[in-house]
Amino acid sequence: MTTTYPFESDKSGDDFTTVGTSATRIDGLDKISGAAQFVDDIDFGPGLLHAVIVESPHAYARIVSIDTTAAENAPGVVRVVTGEDFPFKFGMYMEDRYIFAQDHVRFVGEQVVGVIARSHRQAIQAAKLVEVEYEILEPLFDPKKAIEDDATLIHPELDDYTHVPWFFPKENTNIAHWRKIRKGDTEKAFAEADYVLEDTYKVPRYAHCAIEPHVTVSRLDQAGRLTVWTASQSPYTQRNLFAEALAPLGLSHKDVRVITPYVGGGFGGKAGVSMEILGAAMATVVKGRPVKVRWTREQEFYNTYQRQGVVADLKVGVMQDGTITAVEHKLCWDAGAYVEYGANVVNAAGLSATGPYRVPNITNDSLCIYTNLPPGGPYRGFGYSEFHFGLESHMDRIADAIGMDRVEFRRKNAIVEGDELAYGAHMNPSGLIEAIDKTAAAIDWGVDEESDDPNTVIGKGMSLFWKAPAMPPNASSASFLKFNEDGSMNITVSGMELGQGYLTVMAQIAGEILTVPVNKIRVETPDTDRNPYEWQTVASHVTWSCGLAVEKAAIEARAKIFEVIHQVYGYEDDSLYLEDEKVKCTTDPAFEKSLSEFVVDGIQTEEGTWRGGPIVASGKFMPEFTNALSDPETGQGGHPNVHYTVGATGVIVEIDKQTGKVNVRKAALAVDAGRALNPDLVRGQITGGLVQGLATVLYEDMRFDENGKLLNPTFTDYKIPTAFDIPDEIVPIIVEVPQPDGPFGARGVGEHTMIGAAPAIANAVYDALGVRIKSMPLTQEKIAMAVIEESKT
Amino acid sequence: MDLKLTVNGEAWDLDVEPADVLLDVLRERIGIKSPKIGCERGDCGSCTVLLDGKSVRSCLVLAVEVDGHEITTVEGVGYEGLSHLQALFLENNAFQCGFCAPGIVLSATELLENNPNPTRHDVQEALAGNLCRCTGYEPIIDAVLAGGEEAGR
Repeated sequence: MTTTYPFESDKSGDDFTTVGTSATRIDGLDKISGAAQFVDDIDFGPGLLHAVIVESPHAYARIVSIDTTAAENAPGVVRVVTGEDFPFKFGMYMEDRYIFAQDHVRFVGEQVVGVIARSHRQAIQAAKLVEVEYEILEPLFDPKKAIEDDATLIHPELDDYTHVPWFFPKENTNIAHWRKIRKGDTEKAFAEADYVLEDTYKVPRYAHCAIEPHVTVSRLDQAGRLTVWTASQSPYTQRNLFAEALAPLGLSHKDVRVITPYVGGGFGGKAGVSMEILGAAMATVVKGRPVKVRWTREQEFYNTYQRQGVVADLKVGVMQDGTITAVEHKLCWDAGAYVEYGANVVNAAGLSATGPYRVPNITNDSLCIYTNLPPGGPYRGFGYSEFHFGLESHMDRIADAIGMDRVEFRRKNAIVEGDELAYGAHMNPSGLIEAIDKTAAAIDWGVDEESDDPNTVIGKGMSLFWKAPAMPPNASSASFLKFNEDGSMNITVSGMELGQGYLTVMAQIAGEILTVPVNKIRVETPDTDRNPYEWQTVASHVTWSCGLAVEKAAIEARAKIFEVIHQVYGYEDDSLYLEDEKVKCTTDPAFEKSLSEFVVDGIQTEEGTWRGGPIVASGKFMPEFTNALSDPETGQGGHPNVHYTVGATGVIVEIDKQTGKVNVRKAALAVDAGRALNPDLVRGQITGGLVQGLATVLYEDMRFDENGKLLNPTFTDYKIPTAFDIPDEIVPIIVEVPQPDGPFGARGVGEHTMIGAAPAIANAVYDALGVRIKSMPLTQEKIAMAVIEESKT
Repeated sequence: MDLKLTVNGEAWDLDVEPADVLLDVLRERIGIKSPKIGCERGDCGSCTVLLDGKSVRSCLVLAVEVDGHEITTVEGVGYEGLSHLQALFLENNAFQCGFCAPGIVLSATELLENNPNPTRHDVQEALAGNLCRCTGYEPIIDAVLAGGEEAGR
């Protein structure tokens, strides 16, 4: 059984002229020349104010008193605000967060006071004069301790919080959401299995580290208009949250305008509303004056979103022939002090925690647990990077235990089209087997390699991945398209160009249908006053979802073009087609009419009157076949995910036995893009995502002290890869098994490329050294210590 | 304090505070926005500019230190049209979000000035102070290598 899709894109031909080509990115010249404007590059004149935030030094405390008198009287200070000025909650999926702390602070770095001054320097100086008295409370940092019966409650009012209908908070606990999947009979399957392996894997927190820090400038003008310039992946979501949170101040959606120029990297960190609402709120107390809030690199680490940590208890049962019969996966997430966005990461992981395998009996528990660490949230991979580490480590161990080749074991169980998913819906078409085979071939799987250096050993590791976009069932995209006098086009959408090349791909889709070359199409970054709706640029869904909206707009424009020709010349619509920016006719080969001759000015008839007029069109897309409602105890009955993108990662590593240093000699990654609308851009995602994934397993490591303070919030101490820290060779492999409802068969690939790196490295380390490391990261030190431990046994 | 400097060939005479850093003076006083604020402690390289042809982190340079000196930013490199190296970056899809691009263009320009035929290792070394989170560096390195004289520069 397969899903019936409401809209089938044209995916038949191989004779596309624009789609499938590596068109030069349309934002490339802006970026290479220095012309690209980011929020912090916009000038706001001498009236610009600067705000600095006074933060909590404690992980959990009650605010006893706040004295802002000295700060208010400091030079250049215009206003000082506290939680009393904005007693409003907000949140994406669950309203549990406050603009400024109210009576409690719940993590080190939580915003308590805002100081607005004429210069940034004056704001910094004045912020030091704010005095806050706290009563320190006992914090919770370990998610498993936070769910013990006698644990302190971090959010005693949890039961009163507004949340989406697919969340299930547990009253009087620290569990903000518990996603359960119950399918088949796991207990019976384990009893009957030939081999069962049970173990625990740990994944810590990580930081996005976009090079552009979060920055926002907000202005409420004298007429009551709030404009927010923001470095965001989600201008419409931000507008919605600003309008809802600030509604008590008399703002409505039409009064709020969000403008997002280029964004200097997102990776999920700029997906929701975190610090941006501080600027929006503070602008309301200094009417007419723009207020800038720019996070320092340190704040970037501890007060945006962090990737949540997880403790994964995994049990898998197999038969001797290698058939997986049961998976029990319990994920305890360290979700942090506020889970307004992060709870949906937990939900997504719970739905898909079997990985890309055919499993008849499933028990998944994914628990979103409040702790007194910074708020967790979306990060490239959205929960899948986290659970794949343990899952794919486990798969290698099981294959070894039953004496089966690790790749063959995966191949045998790999999910295919039509297989039933954990929640009862069915798997979409996928090229998983092809991805496995091509990746294995790229690293010469099965061929043992010896190092020339006696101090080093070589190992190979493979892992599979899958991921579905995690989004509400009514998450929508829309586009406007208009022609210009010379036949060039402007398209407006509200997905964000984060560097992935989205604007270029939207131009390619419209260009393909209307036969207009990409260099004659301008696609603009969002301004919620001008550009139509887009839910968010997350979930690797905009190529698919917004691509469909653009495709529909282009088809509508084409119909309008043919209508004008029909009116003037009488040709039937179905005899008309476009080629090289001209309308042509199958029944009259002599006829051709250039778009530039009429798409704005129209066509003059023989009587001298005119027909046509400016060609404008719109398109929208909503995945009407999805449904997030299901039985809370079993997770059965809904269709929460639109489709999965799958693939495989393989690495060859060379490890120094003494120092534990891992050199990645080769990394191959195959991802099923459905159709690669722009192969160079897909390869860009593969290379970038792979290195970001390798960073989480080899280099990056977030360290907190015993009081919950982040110890390494700088690039000096939190090491992200430099140009030196990359594999010697990267092999990007594009698989193309079309997505039936994707634009020209495409599906998203952006996040997926990060998921497989960590377990592939863990498996390669085992392959090389015979040591199994079950907690990330696999730092040089940890590997060296594990080798020493192993030699003792 | 009086500050006289040349930025992309244009002379400026400004009154600055002793604590002002070059990055802020370029961005706020001169209106050159390509050097970016990424970490304000010399780690990320987004603020890289050329000081008398040598790359520096403009967030770590006091404005008064450059009195009488010449500064080049990416606006100066590509003023007469894209440089050969810039064109190669474009061709190789070398950047994604583009935030680190101005700094990397300058570090790579400096490298090729001093070492017209760099090895892969030379390129990695020259760019090691410029962080990029999007690309995995691979296409950037390829573009710079393609800019070497022997590669047909």
